[in-house]
Amino acid sequence: MANFFSSRLFFISLVCVVLAATLPFYVSGYILGLLTVAFYFGVFAMAWDLLFGFAGEVNFGPTFLIGTGAYTAGILNNQFGWSVYVCILLGALASVVAGFVLALPALRVRGPYFGLTTLVAVLMLQNFVVVFADLTGGEIGLTIPDVITINAGANYWIALGFMTVSAAILYGLSQSPVGLVLQASGQDPVQAGALGFNIVKHKLAAFIVSAFFSGLSGALLVFYFGTASVGTVVDVAVGVNVIVSAVLGGRRTVLGAALGAIFLIVAGEFLRPTGELATFIVSAVALLVVLFFPGGFLGAALSREARS
Amino acid sequence: MLFLQILIDGFAISALYALGATGFTLIFGVSGVLNLSHGAIMVAAAVAAWAAASVLHLDIYSGALFGVGVALIVSFATYFAVVKPIQNSTRIPNEEKEIFVLTGTLLWGIMIQELIAYFFTNNAKTVLPIVEGVVDIFGNRTPRNNIFTALVCCLVIGLLWLLVNRTRTGKAVLAASMNPRGVTLLGLELTQIYIVVWGIYGILAGIAGVLLGMFLGVSSYSVGPLTASAFSIVVLGGLGSVSGSLIAAFVVGYLETITAYMISPAYRTIPALLLLVFVMYIRPQGLLGRR
Repeated sequence: MANFFSSRLFFISLVCVVLAATLPFYVSGYILGLLTVAFYFGVFAMAWDLLFGFAGEVNFGPTFLIGTGAYTAGILNNQFGWSVYVCILLGALASVVAGFVLALPALRVRGPYFGLTTLVAVLMLQNFVVVFADLTGGEIGLTIPDVITINAGANYWIALGFMTVSAAILYGLSQSPVGLVLQASGQDPVQAGALGFNIVKHKLAAFIVSAFFSGLSGALLVFYFGTASVGTVVDVAVGVNVIVSAVLGGRRTVLGAALGAIFLIVAGEFLRPTGELATFIVSAVALLVVLFFPGGFLGAALSREARS
Repeated sequence: MLFLQILIDGFAISALYALGATGFTLIFGVSGVLNLSHGAIMVAAAVAAWAAASVLHLDIYSGALFGVGVALIVSFATYFAVVKPIQNSTRIPNEEKEIFVLTGTLLWGIMIQELIAYFFTNNAKTVLPIVEGVVDIFGNRTPRNNIFTALVCCLVIGLLWLLVNRTRTGKAVLAASMNPRGVTLLGLELTQIYIVVWGIYGILAGIAGVLLGMFLGVSSYSVGPLTASAFSIVVLGGLGSVSGSLIAAFVVGYLETITAYMISPAYRTIPALLLLVFVMYIRPQGLLGRR
């Protein structure tokens, strides 16, 4: 841990965060809005990386956790008019419960079977939202009366601060002894168990931490948008974007996942003039990275540094 | 009356599900690949058949054949451009190849989907059915196309059974699914078996796609749900078990039809999902799966 603070990665991250914090002084509100969403997405991707890269669980349903947090926060605010911060906190707690539910099958089934269970969880949530349309707003979306603030700069700083703090906690956790045990139990659960580590406890903890950050970020995102809809926080396509971000940025790096998410969202916006081909181009680039640089952006950079 | 209607309607959709899932499970059984571009290949076949009829003005039969041909080409492209490079890569650790194949085929599927949406728009397309009109079965008006779909599906699955169990190539495929290393020791080239399997898969997915285009119509939005339904049927039946997928396809098909008729079409997919979760808890390897 101590040598992390003197490593090059730490200084580069620090410089990036400081530079990013000054952006509201000279760029337009449009770019700030884009980056705000990208930062929340970055937290989704980092939380997913903790589960996949470290605990070795192929979670196809990050949006189950994100959506639960987002909708719980939104519904509480819409139905009872509770204050924004109480709703966000309760949303994150609901997401932790969802993470616990998701962890139960993970302790029984592995690989593709677990992947499917998580996919089913997303489809169930999606059905729930559509069926209980009175409560959730259905396919049109849920209107949320309150927002945190309408100032683009303030929203941007909240998102940046939130992402930085989440990144620090998640990265610290991944480099800590707990992270190493998680990595061991992901790669060879039998051997890790034989060494005396309680795998169930560690995996459960990973699910809960991942769920907490996903739900918190989802809840913050809906209070930024002022609306929650299936298309923005639950749809399988959103989950795919989270997974692609993490793999693109470099799995098992945590910080790379945030990088991948920012790249994905900014690239999607830059390619907007190409119209419907934008998604095609982003997917093609992601596929090329997966095929030729399987370590992702950060993985490639880190291995180069390690070699020199 | 209602019972008979459910029986007839459910059979066609189940047979279609079965055909779609068979190819998917065959690939997994032989090469351990879960192909998440499955839905995209089916939609590509249906859209190609539609385009052949409405843009190139081919007749119905050539159009259907064209659709299956396109699926075959896309299937080979999936293998050579995405799956094979990942399987042969030295930079990806072996235990992570599974997730890379999943991510790679997923991205590939999205690319196909976006290209279809770009060139042919997102609108739903219905392929002109080969047989038209309705027949009366004990007082139930049933489109002839339903019966035709069910018959073709059963016929193709029967042919597949003959191919796998009665021909030399088929037996090599079967052997590769049981013990790949043993097959190579017998002097058979594993890569060639994979190519054969992807060929069979392309034809199966193509036929299923074209039939689906005639039966329900497809759009580029159907890609995700089609992949998800094939995936869940295959897991429900047991990964790699063809007979398991057949049973699971009929269970899911009938469950959906019963729900749609008895409760509401809006809840169509929910009982099947609940069943899937339930089976995962009590029997994680699926109905007929081996661990």
